[in-house]
Amino acid sequence: MQSNNREITFATAINEAIHETMAANDNVICYGLGVTDPKAVFDTTKNLEQKFGSERVFDMPTSENAMTGIAVGASLNGLIPLMTHQRLDFFLLAMDQLINSASKWHYMFGSQQSVPITIRLILGRGWGQGPTHSQNLQAWFAHMPGLKVVMPTTPEDAKGLLTASILDPNPVVFLEHRWLHNVKGFVPEGFYSKPIGKAKKVKSGIDVTIVTMSYMTIEALHAVEYLEKMGISCDVIDLLTIRPIDWDSIFNSVKVTGRILALDTGFTTGSVAGEIIARVSMDCFDFLKCKPSRLAMPDMPEPTSPALTKGFYVRASDIVIAVIQMLGKDFSMVKNDLPEPIPHDIPGDWFKGPF
Amino acid sequence: MVTDLNLELLTLMMRIRMVEEEIAREYPKGEMRCPTHLSIGQEAVPAALGLCVSIKDMAMSTHRGHAHYIGKGGNLKSMIAEIYGKSTGCSKGKGGSMHLIDNSVGFMGTSAIVGNSIPVGVGLALASKIRKTEQISCIFFGDGATEEGSYYESVNFAVVKKLPVLFLCENNLYSVYSPLNVRQPEGRKISTVAKAMGLGVDEVDGNNAIESFKSIESAVQRIQNNQGPQFIEFSTYRWLEHCGVNYDNDIGYRTEEEYLRWKKNDPISKLKDKLLQEKLISEVQIKEIIAKIEFEIKEAFAFAKESSFPENSEAYIGEYAI
Ligand SMILES: Cc1ncc(C[n+]2csc(CCOP(=O)(O)OP(=O)(O)O)c2C)c(N)n1
Ligand SMILES: [Mg+2]
Repeated sequence: MQSNNREITFATAINEAIHETMAANDNVICYGLGVTDPKAVFDTTKNLEQKFGSERVFDMPTSENAMTGIAVGASLNGLIPLMTHQRLDFFLLAMDQLINSASKWHYMFGSQQSVPITIRLILGRGWGQGPTHSQNLQAWFAHMPGLKVVMPTTPEDAKGLLTASILDPNPVVFLEHRWLHNVKGFVPEGFYSKPIGKAKKVKSGIDVTIVTMSYMTIEALHAVEYLEKMGISCDVIDLLTIRPIDWDSIFNSVKVTGRILALDTGFTTGSVAGEIIARVSMDCFDFLKCKPSRLAMPDMPEPTSPALTKGFYVRASDIVIAVIQMLGKDFSMVKNDLPEPIPHDIPGDWFKGPF
Repeated sequence: MVTDLNLELLTLMMRIRMVEEEIAREYPKGEMRCPTHLSIGQEAVPAALGLCVSIKDMAMSTHRGHAHYIGKGGNLKSMIAEIYGKSTGCSKGKGGSMHLIDNSVGFMGTSAIVGNSIPVGVGLALASKIRKTEQISCIFFGDGATEEGSYYESVNFAVVKKLPVLFLCENNLYSVYSPLNVRQPEGRKISTVAKAMGLGVDEVDGNNAIESFKSIESAVQRIQNNQGPQFIEFSTYRWLEHCGVNYDNDIGYRTEEEYLRWKKNDPISKLKDKLLQEKLISEVQIKEIIAKIEFEIKEAFAFAKESSFPENSEAYIGEYAI
């Protein structure tokens, strides 16, 4: 792992991780609908087929469930499959193989063999994705014993964690938020990996602990910047892995701040944020100075019309308000200071739709 | 084949085409904010189906559903309004282009998940059989959907129960940018597999509206004669990109030559030229048809644009039926 000042996008970081890992280990194979097409899954699978050949890198039939079971079988016989789906929603067809085969194999057969597969799923929000192209169902995966679930934010973490996911001896669901694909950051060249199951403190503070994941970290950092101007400092913990969760990092922070706000990109009920609130309430009860809080998506399918998604997403202003409320201060100016961007349903000018 | 029918087929195909072309013109303005899959080049099958079955018969479709919706007689204004995300849309703005519905003409819904609507269509037929409603269930899907397990499972059940289902497979050679030959073995036909599974099968040029009509008509008859579920494979081709309104032959997943070959095989020009040649229709008549459709499209787009957006609070309504 060399350090340098090279800035690349999250999508390029993903692409590099796959290149490095496939070069390092001949058993890694990579497939999924569109991985070899000209768009290369938002450029994340670019040049893989050219470099590693069509036996190790290939397009597949529109057969998500069987192709997941095939990954399980291939992994039991020595390969290390990496699968990619352009939307998490498409992978729902494969829940049987993921849950009943992949996640159980090691336990169910007395720890003789594990299933080293990695499933990359892209999830998102906005721009008319609607009810079945926008679901952030990470809590489903995080619920499941036997799975590891990784959900990074920065390009550097994405690269190191994807490498670790591919080489991990267990099934890993690797979740990429579409709104992060074009975010740039400093990323080391060459092969490196980062530990699964370790959260990262992205901001140090003493007033409130904000536990966050994936794209919500970006909103949290905007919020913290605003709060700092008000003299409020937050400890921001980017989970990076949502199963297993790095409880020590969370508890240690809450023991200092005494306040917790958990953020989530998924539906509110049954969310990972809900789990965090539950555990913090049980394990850090004596340290809490006020009731815990969480912000997640409404318990409703995401509608398609841009008129209906106005105000639908958790944004920096919601986070700021939640934090200020915990401290019992005035938040009347927040909505004015941090208005919803126009348009509200895209991550930036680079995004032209449809995906 | 009566002239009226030829004319109806031509008119319906032109209607579908012109609506899609108007969508393609308006889409770049960014007011239709949802993924949109056009059927330009594939108008013959939806038109033929629409004219073969009655509005009490049902249809299910896919992400590429505009043409099927219009073919089945769906309300044009409601469809355009839906794509614009308006409260007057057929799904009240909740669903967008990929979630069209018009129950009043038996257009039961579309799905954005490949293969998802196939078993639902079989379920419609199960109810039709048990409740003796004599409705046929017509299920549109692409070549890609025949790679999903749900397709085989659905076909199997439909055959076991001899359900009144018409499976309409529009084989346009691609699933997004993936050509058929990386997904299915070369030389094996989708219709051959369908036949082996026990479906009555036909295979037809899906860019030939009259042939498509005849094939559907006889399949519908076989279903009505209690000969069990039927399957038709239509060969066809989409002209524009998979999702969106642009030409994309330049990006490299298919050749310009292939595209031009199919474009020459345009279902609309083919029928139009034939009818003109045989003097079954005149240029004047065609102009009249175009003018009529143009007026209707103008009205529909004006309706959609003038319609109000749903109230923001609507987003939080509709989780459950009451
Ligand atoms: C289960 C599932 N997998 C993948 C996708 C992504 N996807 C959207 S449309 C499409 C193409 C399907 O091809 P086909 O069935 O031939 O229909 P066509 O687009 O050619 O009309 C794919 C793969 C999806 N929507 N659902
Ligand atoms: Mg197709």
